Amino acid sequence: MSQTMRLAGGRIDRATTLSFAFDGRLYRGHPGDTLASALLANGVRLMGRSFKYHRPRGPLSAGSEEPNALVELRSGARREPNTRATVAELFEGLVATSQNRWPSLAVDALSVNDRLSSFLTAGFYYKTFMWPKAFWEKLYEPAIRRAAGLGRLSGEADPDVYDKGFLHCDLLVIGAGPAGLAAALTAGRAGARVILADEDFLPGGRLNAETITLDDAPARAWVEATLAELASLGNVRLMTRTTIYGAFDHGIFGALERVTDHLAQPRPGTPRQILWRIYAKRSLLCAGATERPIAFENNDRPGIMLAGALRAYANRWAVAAARDVAVFTNNDDGHRTARDLAAAGIRVAAVIDSREDAPDTPGVPLFRSAVVTGSRGRLGLKAITVRTAGGRTEEIACGALGVSGGWNPNLQLTCHQRGRPRWDDALATFVPVGGPSGLAVAGAAAGIFSTHGALRGGAAGARAALADLGIAASLPALPRAEDAPVRIAPLWQVKGKGRAWLDQQNDVTVKDVTLAHQENFRAIEHLKRYTTLGMATDQGKTANIPAIAVMAELTGKPIAEVGTTIYRPPYTPVSLGALAGRSRGAEFRPRRLTPSHHWAEGQGAVFVEVGNWMRAQWFPRPGETHWRQSVDREVLATRQAVGICDVTTLGKIDVQGTNAAAFLDRLYCNGMAKLAVGRVRYGLMLREDGMVKDDGTVARLAEDHFVVTTTTANAIAVFRHMEFCRQCLWPGLDVQLISTTDAWAQFSVAGPKSRALLERIVDPAFDLSNEAFPYMACGGVTVCGGLRARLFRISFSGELAYEIAVPARYGDGLIRALMAAGEDLGVTPYGTETLGVLRIEKGHPAGNELNGQTTAANLGLGKMVSSAKDAIGTVLSRREGLNGPDDIRLVGLKPLSPADVIVNGAHLMTEGSPVDAAHDQGWVTSSCHSPHVGHAIGLGFLKRGDRRTGEIVRVVNPLAGTDIRAQVVAPCFVDPEGVRLRG
Amino acid sequence: MLIPHPLLGPRDAQEFTYLGDAALIDRPDGLAADAAERFFDYGYLRDNPPGEHRELWFHEQGDRSWLVVTRNITTHEIVRVELARDVALARGRGR
Repeated sequence: MSQTMRLAGGRIDRATTLSFAFDGRLYRGHPGDTLASALLANGVRLMGRSFKYHRPRGPLSAGSEEPNALVELRSGARREPNTRATVAELFEGLVATSQNRWPSLAVDALSVNDRLSSFLTAGFYYKTFMWPKAFWEKLYEPAIRRAAGLGRLSGEADPDVYDKGFLHCDLLVIGAGPAGLAAALTAGRAGARVILADEDFLPGGRLNAETITLDDAPARAWVEATLAELASLGNVRLMTRTTIYGAFDHGIFGALERVTDHLAQPRPGTPRQILWRIYAKRSLLCAGATERPIAFENNDRPGIMLAGALRAYANRWAVAAARDVAVFTNNDDGHRTARDLAAAGIRVAAVIDSREDAPDTPGVPLFRSAVVTGSRGRLGLKAITVRTAGGRTEEIACGALGVSGGWNPNLQLTCHQRGRPRWDDALATFVPVGGPSGLAVAGAAAGIFSTHGALRGGAAGARAALADLGIAASLPALPRAEDAPVRIAPLWQVKGKGRAWLDQQNDVTVKDVTLAHQENFRAIEHLKRYTTLGMATDQGKTANIPAIAVMAELTGKPIAEVGTTIYRPPYTPVSLGALAGRSRGAEFRPRRLTPSHHWAEGQGAVFVEVGNWMRAQWFPRPGETHWRQSVDREVLATRQAVGICDVTTLGKIDVQGTNAAAFLDRLYCNGMAKLAVGRVRYGLMLREDGMVKDDGTVARLAEDHFVVTTTTANAIAVFRHMEFCRQCLWPGLDVQLISTTDAWAQFSVAGPKSRALLERIVDPAFDLSNEAFPYMACGGVTVCGGLRARLFRISFSGELAYEIAVPARYGDGLIRALMAAGEDLGVTPYGTETLGVLRIEKGHPAGNELNGQTTAANLGLGKMVSSAKDAIGTVLSRREGLNGPDDIRLVGLKPLSPADVIVNGAHLMTEGSPVDAAHDQGWVTSSCHSPHVGHAIGLGFLKRGDRRTGEIVRVVNPLAGTDIRAQVVAPCFVDPEGVRLRG
Repeated sequence: MLIPHPLLGPRDAQEFTYLGDAALIDRPDGLAADAAERFFDYGYLRDNPPGEHRELWFHEQGDRSWLVVTRNITTHEIVRVELARDVALARGRGR
């Protein structure tokens, strides 16, 4: 049995046959088919199970609005759940699997839900699964998730590549149907830069699905001639398989191009999809319209489709959904389906039109003033019941029913910036009102449903848009086309006893809307959230308007007053892979390497991410099996001989100008104006609210030239802040800033033998003796025989120490030179762990203490805040709330038992007090094992800490169940007098 | 959004960092007698009217200009863009 339902004609390539599998069975189709059209051609109507009731479902539509025919496409890591079979292009070897059923699509155990439907109405889980509370997480939620749901994720990393791109144009035309093609032709001939985007792989829109003629010839001839001309114009870019999914501010549009979704897998070097950001000076929405169904009892059986879809399958894909069909309509367009299907040789058993004045189609039985009241057929439609004008009930056998309740303009993009559509009584639909600035609407999207109107509207829309830009365009000669008026008498539901579906994807029925109304969820946004109407992959494209109409009926309000929910991007689903683009895994964010990175790799360093930087964390040596061994060795080597650490990552900002000193004096809370040339000072920077922002060093290289450093984490924010102060607060100061973080490689050289080492590197012309280059000196030197460098005698470790900087490209050379020169001195490279231990031992605050919630006073640096000047943050640092008697102060913590460990985040409690928030005395901010003192040490904030030295406190960690005793000491465990660093 | 930079023409908002109300330019004198009160207003009190808003944007991925962008926060229409430095000078800020 192969393609038994295939008709003649259509836009498929019969010369090529494609094999594909659905639920393990092999079928055949042709290029040009979608998965849905190919399955229908093979007589397969049943394609899925519904979300909640596990009802058998087939395709409702032939496009991107599809609620039912969702499948898992492909296998393995490429398995993609919830893919709409109606837009999935057929390719050789395609594998698709139905979802949300067990054990099989035809026999689904959970279809028992359908019989429990009276318990599963709107809001059922709010009401049903309330008690006992613990059952929700353990039982109800997992059970519901298993039962109700869509496809399964592969659980594997996506093997494909997704790109992002940027495009600019004068006119973006959204949709390549008759309106879009006419618009692109008009603008293209005028020489404007045009992008014509269409979600379909075959441009032409409804012209591909209809039998209408243009200039008395098949529409295809005009479409192909137009496409050929557009292709010949260098200023027009035709983008098929591209959905404009969002209209953003100022003419920016999001577009998803499915570059290789129609292939089994992307060609090498080709992305799967591209997420485009399109900057359009003007845009024209020609997105057409979507048909809506009419609700009646059991209107969700496979075989019941939108009437327009039924004839699209016949005309475009040469597929008969069944051998006997019927049509149920409230408007003239439904009759087109009957005419086209009859012309294609399909038996049209009946047209049921709810109107008295329904037109006649020769050879087709017509029921005027009649409605469809129900359907039969477990896994697919077998018959419908019709209530005739006389009130008689008649059963009509048919395998497919085309339903048309009218058409809704695809106006979603006009609402992406809070535009609200207007209800049009004559058209019985919402039509767009305005939209984002620069966007106009043409064709069916504007409520102009005839082909004639679409062609003219598209051309006129393009001409008007270009006129706005000062580009003159003339209207092209357009073909003669049908200009039928819209004739419709609204009908939203056929009332009956059973369930009538409004939203097939979310299993929302008329009863659910009625229940929502009874329970006062009447506002349309409440209705949506209470019933889930209009959610998920189809966003209610076929469901929303009928449901709004049902609610309008229940409330007795006109539809215009009920209104629509707000439409938001994306128009159709966008995969997370496309949104992420190349920013995943290692490429998720920039990876910055220090100048000594490759050297450190060669030393076997263990690296750690610090912001975007990769920094050496420690340097294991042979025989060391635990990081603590490496870190203890590095710490002791630095305190006893000399250690080297790459500190390039610290922010380095060059400050120049005749007012540079005055500028820095206002930026730091401590005085900078009188800093002598050739000297460095510790600088504390506050936020305007009085909290500490950052700290670093300020080095004065010349009268009008400073270099300041920031912490690694705040390098960007501090520079931004400094530019704010310079441009917005004191624009009259002569001062210039530039970030030189990446320009200079900088190393800390610390330890008693650091001078001896540097004397071997710094050229002999420079005297490094304590007298000539004392603690806090700085200046330009040359190293290694003439290379310019900067030397700063500053110390983070408490040892005699320097920081030496060379142009970044010499950083690798310098670290190698330092290591070679210091071999006999025991020079030892150290990483960020040792850096941390050295600074905790010395009591220097770092990120854990400078957490944005601490003041200078908290850190014990209150005296640094000068009251003699107006610097950022000084005024508010003095406010009452930050200067209470119980304020926290930075303290050192020493365990009474040397074997005890102090843990960050542990809370400080007094002896005998309850362990609760009310009795909290402070907390541990930093802790480590100190190889220098031989046991654990900590830093922390303690209430009145500066007055509690010597007190014994409890260090409590209720999470780990530990409670140890520690003595409060000054926050400095090494050389409190500062003899070493001045030596 | 597109921000029409007074020196560089239209630039994507992604190149910018947002700070907030342009009133931050009007930093009070920290040595004034009522400095505490005025800094409280400066630091914490903001008008939040619908419609046009003057706000500070930093062209961080560009030329590092601070800009005063007058934007309708309801429609996102950008009415005017000035260099913050010019605004500050015009408001009497200098040295």
